[in-house]
Amino acid sequence: MSRAEVAGTVRPVSPLWTLGLLRNELATTFRRWRTLALLAVLAGVPVLVGIAIKIETSDGSSPGGGGGPAFISQITNNGLFLVFTALAATLPFFLPMAVGVVAGDAIAGEANAGTLRYLLVAPAGRTRLLLTKYATVVLFCLAATLVVALSALTVGALLFPLGDLTTISGTRISFAEGLGRALLIALAVAASLIGVAALGLFVSTLTNSGIAAMATTVGLLITVQILDQIPQLHALQPYFFSHYWLSFADLMREPVYWDELAKNLGLQALYAAVFGSAAWARFMAKDITA
Amino acid sequence: MAPYASDDNTTAGEVDEQRSGRRKAARYVVPVTVMGVAAATIGLVPALADSGDPDLPKITAQQLIEKIAKSDVEQLSGTVKISTDLGLPNLGGLESSLMSGAAGRGEGGSSADPTAKLTELASGTHTLRVAADGPEKQKLSLLENAAEYSVIHNGKDVWGYDSKSNEVYHGTVSESPKGDKERQPPALPKDFAEEALKAVDDTTSVTVDGTAQVAGRDAYKLLIKPKQSGSTVGAVTVAVDAKTGMPLKFTLTPASGGAAVVDAGFTQVSFAKPAASNFDFTPPKGAKVTEEKEAGKDFDEKSDKGEARRHAPKSGDDLGKGLDGMKTIGEGWNSIAVFDTGGEGMPSGEAGGGELGGFMDSLGDKVTGKFGSGTVFSTRLVNALMTDDGKVYVGMVTKDALVKAADAGK
Repeated sequence: MSRAEVAGTVRPVSPLWTLGLLRNELATTFRRWRTLALLAVLAGVPVLVGIAIKIETSDGSSPGGGGGPAFISQITNNGLFLVFTALAATLPFFLPMAVGVVAGDAIAGEANAGTLRYLLVAPAGRTRLLLTKYATVVLFCLAATLVVALSALTVGALLFPLGDLTTISGTRISFAEGLGRALLIALAVAASLIGVAALGLFVSTLTNSGIAAMATTVGLLITVQILDQIPQLHALQPYFFSHYWLSFADLMREPVYWDELAKNLGLQALYAAVFGSAAWARFMAKDITA
Repeated sequence: MAPYASDDNTTAGEVDEQRSGRRKAARYVVPVTVMGVAAATIGLVPALADSGDPDLPKITAQQLIEKIAKSDVEQLSGTVKISTDLGLPNLGGLESSLMSGAAGRGEGGSSADPTAKLTELASGTHTLRVAADGPEKQKLSLLENAAEYSVIHNGKDVWGYDSKSNEVYHGTVSESPKGDKERQPPALPKDFAEEALKAVDDTTSVTVDGTAQVAGRDAYKLLIKPKQSGSTVGAVTVAVDAKTGMPLKFTLTPASGGAAVVDAGFTQVSFAKPAASNFDFTPPKGAKVTEEKEAGKDFDEKSDKGEARRHAPKSGDDLGKGLDGMKTIGEGWNSIAVFDTGGEGMPSGEAGGGELGGFMDSLGDKVTGKFGSGTVFSTRLVNALMTDDGKVYVGMVTKDALVKAADAGK
């Protein structure tokens, strides 16, 4: 649904044109009710977690009791930990599902609505359009993660005390450094979603039905997470895109343990390269009928 | 649509179709190539990193052992990967409850109690982080999923911190700092190496087996092998840092072959002074703090027993300290510990011996010999024979050797 008025202005394609295309894509994506509803759901998760913990601990008991998502036992002492808990709670399902919906819709949704051929009439070229679509999805990953983090920070600051915090290695860091680590963690979580985004984009080029692409992507996401739990498949598991997702917690160690974080980033880059190029191969050869 | 009618005009059309089909297929070469390059990188990089053993001046085994003894590394920090595969049946939760039960995690214990926590190292693969700055300051952290368990020793205080449950264990070391160190189960390559070197006598062959790169440092490989047959220990390899004499990697392979029983090595190590903040610990707000005394006065006693139990396979002498009424037969690696449990036929020392009786039976193999009949429990390293009249023979020896010892004992 991107408007393509800019199309005729310059004949030799300028880099500004790509930016214009990207701006258009971003505007259409983030103005959709569907996207806003997804972001609202994501923002609601930390609110629910925060209120639940507040109620549970109102009698002075400790939350979680050793179970629950990571960091949950620390929230009552420091609201900043709600950011980490909220990200740990949304990363396995809510965040990748939102990304899967947006990525699955990217090409197939346009084809479904009959707007893909108009987009391609403009001298953008298929490669450029695909790159723009992918950039939009990646920016959505970042936006979705930041929405969770900011919502959690607000709720945490309102309901719980803030202050110096204890890393999981037992050392103390100042609140400012804690905020810095929270930002790093949000970036690491956003980067963890790059693989799903590329997978969703590839699925999106396979079909003309936006719903089918979204369902397939989310289905793959669930399947991979289940397979990641089966011990007999341990030889394959390091190659599942979700395998190192929880490595973001390593940023809360002192000193930071980079091994798994680096593996996670490498794996996401690999998924982006393989499925990005597969999506390109498919999209270049695709018959555009709608 | 007669098949012949189309014959004339297919040639041109088919060629076109084939060409565009080939072009379509050609694009898929890109993702396939990316995948191939990735697979090759994953496969080749470790192999390349492994190759090229460093050139170091020749050294005799004796000199190398002296080097280890003289090593006085006081400041270090690093990451240790430890894998243990004792070949114990996979008991899941039961196993850990047994372990912690045996190690003295009584009622009212804290999940941050070091003795209870570090017995987890007895099975599976774990990543540890260590930091030390002199005898007064040490830190050992067990990395878990999104959580960490740390033991911090700073001066008089010993803190255990479990970030998952936000629980703190606090103890004090009144005696020499050494006492505290001995209380911890062996986790570092150095601890294992010291145990292995204790067992070195004239039944052992010790050689220098080339060099290797461990954690990016040049190291000598010390190979320790039992001379006698009948032991389940195949070989022990210790990689010793060429500069500092610090053991960097310890591998124990069983005589039966297969994966190493114990494999503990640094994956990253630095001999620079670690930041002082590493050793500062104040319990976080709201954390549940368990003091050593509250956790039970018998902590020391129990942990001593646990220690003896863990060290039992390492050398017969250690076992002697922990259990009364025990004899040792054989020497060196083939020594077998014998003790009388008093006719019960099942170990009373183990936690919940009674209810476990039937269960333990199903794990063992029945054997008969001149001594009568009994049950053999085997792991990949330690075998134990429990006769029906209540005698227990334990050693790092094969099943046959145990039966022979029992026959001789009759």
